[in-house]
Amino acid sequence: MNFHDLFYYFFNFKFFIITLPDLLRGLVVTVEIAALSLSFGFVLGLVLAVIRVTIKHAGSSSFLRILNFPLVIYVDVLRAIPPLVTLVVVYYALPFINITIPRFWAAVLTFVIILSAFAEEIFRATIEAIDRGQVEAARSLGLSYLQSMAYVVIPQALKIALPPLTSRMIAVTKDVSLASVIGVADLLKKARAAQSLYANPTPLFSAALLFTILFLPLVRLSMYIEKKLAE
Amino acid sequence: MNRVWVEIDNLHKYFGKNEVLKGINMSIQRQDVVCLLGPSGAGKSTLLRCINRLEEPTSGHVYIDGEEITGHGVDLNYMRSEIGMVFQSFNLFPHLNALENCTLALTKVRKMRKKEAEQRARDMLRQVGLENKAGSKPKELSGGQQQRVAIARALSMNPKLMLFDEPTSALDPELIGEVLDTMIDLAEKGMTMIVVTHEMGFARKAATRVSVLDHGLILEDNTPDKVFDAPEHPRTKEFLSKIL
Amino acid sequence: MESIIYNFFNVEVMIRARYLLWLGLQVTLKLAFVSLLFAVLVGLFLAVIRSLNIRLLNILIIIYVDLFRALPTIVLFMLVYFTWPYFGISLPRYWSAVVALTINGGAYFEEIFRAGIESIDKGQTEAARALGLSFTQTMFSVILPQAIQVVLPPATSNALELIKTTVLASVIALPELMKQAQQAHGSLANPTPLIMAALIFLVLLWPLVRLTGYLERRFAK
Repeated sequence: MNFHDLFYYFFNFKFFIITLPDLLRGLVVTVEIAALSLSFGFVLGLVLAVIRVTIKHAGSSSFLRILNFPLVIYVDVLRAIPPLVTLVVVYYALPFINITIPRFWAAVLTFVIILSAFAEEIFRATIEAIDRGQVEAARSLGLSYLQSMAYVVIPQALKIALPPLTSRMIAVTKDVSLASVIGVADLLKKARAAQSLYANPTPLFSAALLFTILFLPLVRLSMYIEKKLAE
Repeated sequence: MNRVWVEIDNLHKYFGKNEVLKGINMSIQRQDVVCLLGPSGAGKSTLLRCINRLEEPTSGHVYIDGEEITGHGVDLNYMRSEIGMVFQSFNLFPHLNALENCTLALTKVRKMRKKEAEQRARDMLRQVGLENKAGSKPKELSGGQQQRVAIARALSMNPKLMLFDEPTSALDPELIGEVLDTMIDLAEKGMTMIVVTHEMGFARKAATRVSVLDHGLILEDNTPDKVFDAPEHPRTKEFLSKIL
Repeated sequence: MESIIYNFFNVEVMIRARYLLWLGLQVTLKLAFVSLLFAVLVGLFLAVIRSLNIRLLNILIIIYVDLFRALPTIVLFMLVYFTWPYFGISLPRYWSAVVALTINGGAYFEEIFRAGIESIDKGQTEAARALGLSFTQTMFSVILPQAIQVVLPPATSNALELIKTTVLASVIALPELMKQAQQAHGSLANPTPLIMAALIFLVLLWPLVRLTGYLERRFAK
C-alpha cells in the first residue's frame, strides 16, 4: 500500500465530491434526530427530577408516592442497558405487541427516554444540593412550592447541572448514528450505502470528517463550560 | 391602635420524641418589638419559625391579626406574603441581583407590574441605605449589605409583621452595627417585630418586650428593664449572668 | 398482557435460545474485559506522557484525544473494520472491535487520568524528588496512589460506558450477545431473545450503575 493507493482508496477527492450532497442530506437527518432528542430528553428529565424531588418531600400521604418505584426502575434500566439494545427493542420488538413506530421516530423516542433517564439523575442531584434556606426564603415571601421551584431552585440547579449534562448530551448526540442500524437514512447510513455502491471507503472517511467537524467544537465547548462554571 | 397582632395559643412542637416547645402562650400587640432570648436549644428559632409555619406546630394555634394561620384550608402562601422573615444566613437568591431579589415575590405573588414592583423595591432599598446597590448580585456585597438587602426584600411585601431569626449571628463584628441600625430604624417606624437574637444591646435599646425561653417554656416575659435589671426566674438570672 | 408474555417472555423460546445467548455473552465479556484492560493501559500511558510536558508530544496527544472523543464510536468501528483489508491485513472481527474500543476508550481514560494526575499538588512531586526518588518511583509510589482516589468515580463510569459500547460490535457482525439475540429473534420469529439480552445486560450492568453513583457521591469534591 503506497501513498497513491492511500489517496485513491481513503481520501478519493472525486468520490468525496460525488457523494457529498447525499452525505449532507444524511447529516441533516442526524441533526434533526439529535435536536429533537436533546430538547425533549432535557425537558422530560427535568420534569421527572422535579416529580421525584417532590415525592421525597411530600411525605407518605401523597398519591405521588406510588410513582417513585416505577421512576427508579425507568431511570436505572435506561442507564444500564446499552442504547443500541434499547433501540432494537423499541423498533423490532414492540411491533410484536402491536406498537409499530416508524424508524425515525423510534430513534427519537429511544434517545429521548435514554437522555431523560440520565438527565433526571443529574437534575435530581443538583436540585437536592441547593441549600434548603433558598426554598425557605422563597416560601416565606409567599411563593408557592411550584413558584419556588421555577424561579429560585431550578435556575440555580441548572447552572450546576450544566457540565455533566452537556457531556451526556454530547454522548447521546454521538449515539444518534446508531439509528443507521435500524435503517434510518442518517449520515452513517448514507456513507455505508455510498461505500457499497462505489466499492470505496472514501465516503466513510468523508462521514468521519463531517462528524468530527460537527462534534469537535461541541466537545471543546463543553470543556469550556465545565471550566468556566468551576469558578 | 393597640390590637392583638400575633396570638400564640398553647403551642407544642415535637421533633420525633423530643418536645421542643412545651406549651407557649404569647400575645403580641401591634408595634411591639419582642426579643426572644435564651440559651441554645431553648426553642427560640423553632417558635419563630412556627409563626409562619416553616416549622409545623404539633399542636396549638397561631393567629395573625385575627386570622388563624394554623387553621385548615388557610391560604398559607397568602398569609406568608404578609409576614416578612429575615434569616441568619440571609438566603438571598444568588442568581438575582438585589433589585430582582426584592421584586420577585412582588411580581409573582402580588402580581404587580414590573415598573411598580421596581419602584417599590427601590424605595425599600433606599430605606436600608442600599439604593445604589440595586444592580449588584449578592456575591458582590458584604455580609452586612446582604442582610440589609434581605430586610429590604422582606419589607417590599409590605408585611404586617417582621420575623428575625438571629439576623446578625453570621456576620463579622464590624458589620453587625449597620444591620442593627436598620432594625432599630424599622422599629422606630412602627413595625411589629419578633427578633431572636443574642445582641443584648439591641434588646435593651429597641425592644418593647423581652421574652426569655428555656427548654421550650417562657420563663420571663416583660419589659427589657425589668428582665435585665430585676429578673424573677432563677434560670433567667443564671442565663443573664453568663452573657452580660 | 398475554401478548406481552408470549412475545417478550416466551419460556419455550428462552429455552431454545439459551445456548446462542450464552455464546454471545461469553464473547461480550471477553471483549469487554480485554478492551477495558487495553483502554486503561493506553489512557494511563498517554496521561503519564502528557505529564512530562513535552510540547510536541502533548499536541499529538491532544489531537488524538479530541479526535476520538468527537468521533462517534460506531463510525470508528466501521473505519477500523473496513480499512484493514486495504492494507492487506485480514483482521478478524474480534480484534477489530478490540482496536476500536481501545482507541475510543483510551481517549476518555487519558482525560480522566490526566485530571487525576493534575489534581495532585505539585508539592508532592517536589517533595518526592527532593528525597531522591526517581521519576518512575515518584509516579508509582506517591502520585498515582493519590490520583486513584480522584480517578475512581469517573473511571468506573467510563468502564461502564465501554462495556455498553461492546454492543456496537454487532454492526460488524461479531457474534456478541446482541448479535446472537438478533439471530435468535430472526430464526425463532419471536423477540423474546432481545428482551432476554436486555435483561442480561441489565443484570450485568445495573450494579455498576449503582456503584458509579455511590462512588460519585462518596468522592464528591
